[in-house]
Amino acid sequence: MSSANMSDAPPSPDTIVSIRNVSKRFPGGVTAVDDISFDIAQNEFFALLGPSGCGKTTLLRMISGLETPTSGQILIDGQDMSLTPPNKRPTNMVFQSYAVFPHMTVADNVAYGLRVTGVAEDETKRRVGEALEMVKLSHLAQRKPDQMSGGQRQRVALARALVKRPKVLLLDEPLSALDAKLRDDMRMELTRLQETVGITFIIVTHDQDEALSMATRIAVMDKGAVQQIATPAELYEHPKSRFVADFIGKVNLIEGRVVSKKPNAVVLDVPSIGKMEMATKDLVGETAAIAVRPEKLKITKSEPKDAKLVKVKVAIRDVAYYGDTSDVVASLPDGQDLYVTVQNESREGGSGVERGDKVWMSWEPKDSLLLTE
Amino acid sequence: MEDWKTNRNVFWTLATPGTLWLIAFFLVPLAFLFVLSFSSKAMIDGQISINQYDYFSGLTNYLRSFNPDIVSIFIRTLWWSALATLACLIIAYPIAFGICFAPDRWRPLLLMLIVLPFWINLLIRTYALMAVLRDNGLVNSALGAVGLGPLPLMNNTFGVIFGLVYVYMPFMVLPLYATIERLDKSFLEASLDLGGTQFQTFRNITLPLTMPGIVTGVVLVFIPCLGTFLTSELLGGTSSWMIGNVIQSQFGPANDWPFGSALSLLLMYATFAVLAVRAFLSRNSKGVDV
Repeated sequence: MSSANMSDAPPSPDTIVSIRNVSKRFPGGVTAVDDISFDIAQNEFFALLGPSGCGKTTLLRMISGLETPTSGQILIDGQDMSLTPPNKRPTNMVFQSYAVFPHMTVADNVAYGLRVTGVAEDETKRRVGEALEMVKLSHLAQRKPDQMSGGQRQRVALARALVKRPKVLLLDEPLSALDAKLRDDMRMELTRLQETVGITFIIVTHDQDEALSMATRIAVMDKGAVQQIATPAELYEHPKSRFVADFIGKVNLIEGRVVSKKPNAVVLDVPSIGKMEMATKDLVGETAAIAVRPEKLKITKSEPKDAKLVKVKVAIRDVAYYGDTSDVVASLPDGQDLYVTVQNESREGGSGVERGDKVWMSWEPKDSLLLTE
Repeated sequence: MEDWKTNRNVFWTLATPGTLWLIAFFLVPLAFLFVLSFSSKAMIDGQISINQYDYFSGLTNYLRSFNPDIVSIFIRTLWWSALATLACLIIAYPIAFGICFAPDRWRPLLLMLIVLPFWINLLIRTYALMAVLRDNGLVNSALGAVGLGPLPLMNNTFGVIFGLVYVYMPFMVLPLYATIERLDKSFLEASLDLGGTQFQTFRNITLPLTMPGIVTGVVLVFIPCLGTFLTSELLGGTSSWMIGNVIQSQFGPANDWPFGSALSLLLMYATFAVLAVRAFLSRNSKGVDV
């Protein structure tokens, strides 16, 4: 999927945001966003996910117009936004710090965007009332922001953006400043809101759980580039690269050397396990990694009978008990640590293993994945 | 933090040299001025004494203060101080903004340039200003070279206000810089994002949120302007006296300390009035600390 090809194609009719070969270089030589191209469809809940410094916030700010691309184009609803300032764009942003104006009441905050654009006062009143209703803050309309909790201020910021009826709502790390309990509530609230108002949400987050649980599609970013765009399930089960596999959930990466190539498969020599054949359609270089999720690994006291399974003798190095599950760290013969999630099915005994135990670890070949990138 | 409610020992910190200094050299002389303002010069052998006083001789000095000449000088002082403060604000605001948005490594240098004039004695700076403003000074020589001028730049109202603005500008720039620097830029971005123009953003967001700095700067410039005598003396000449010049002459050439004391205290009360207005504004500020 080369970016040059994508940008020449006409956007499909349901595309709302089209990002075409967009780059952002800051003075001083930092390239925050490096030639990114992709489309976001109408009504998507789209997440930009990546570690800090990957360029996700810069990309969001370029969509809002608060940052200008060094090169490339951003189209919103088919219109080139290159020369459109933020106050003329059909986007609204919920800032990470919420940026609720401290010298105005909640109602005045929400009304601000309507008043400055000359919406009639009676319509403003009605729409502010509706917006506050939507975020369940009607009873606090006359409060000042400094008398409100973080979660309430966030709702003000949401209402203030939604009351403008933007085509795209941009959310910059909306949950990062909330405590754990509120975060879960707000996550569901955002999903509900997005379904109610039916506008496209683009959310920036570094939290994979947040992205997986809310988004319909996720772009995983690293070092200013998009690594993969896919649905949450596809990202988790079919990551394209070691980076994506590692960033989305926990993963065990076991590196191996390619000894022979067949059509649609390769044979790998993995130090601790031996020769393994893995199906792949990708071009494979000299090395590749086998990726297995911790919950796909099984631990047994005796050697499993099933000949299909990949099995290896391991030493338990650590066990962490979490109630419903335990995280077990097991060492391969060559010293690499693998992470295993064990369901604590019976009340007695927990994971059934202890530090220092020598046990068998196994997985089904179809539950593992060959990663070449 | 410890306070006097939980730890009475903090009162001992008041018994420090600083406190004694303030009592000896500020409160005592002030009390002396207060007493003197109700006094008059003693009559000895039918002659007015030079250095003997009749204490507690009534409100004469205060009544004299309301003589029309003094009142008009007082009003002129208020008016010129207000003009100079306004000019400072209008000039300093963009400067403070510029410094805040300057690249990080430039900021300390720019701030130092603002403070730099403090390193030079006020008298010398004012004489230097005279060299710039006088009829054959730098500005008028330059204008003369291109066949213009000379413009009357000093010995008039313009000269005094120009001098005041020049002298007190740093007192306006620094508090403005401090507030603008602390201002969360995402408020401005949010306003733009919500459809506000640059001007609407300035009027509705930047201005109210930087009001604390504006009020502090106004107070810091306006109050010393009220007491100015050097700038008005040197750049304004005798027809441009401010109340500070009158007071100075009472303690100097006119040798009428009681009258000078009364005028000083009246000026101090005017200053208190300014501070009271500030306190009032601060109490009515909407969630913004002034």
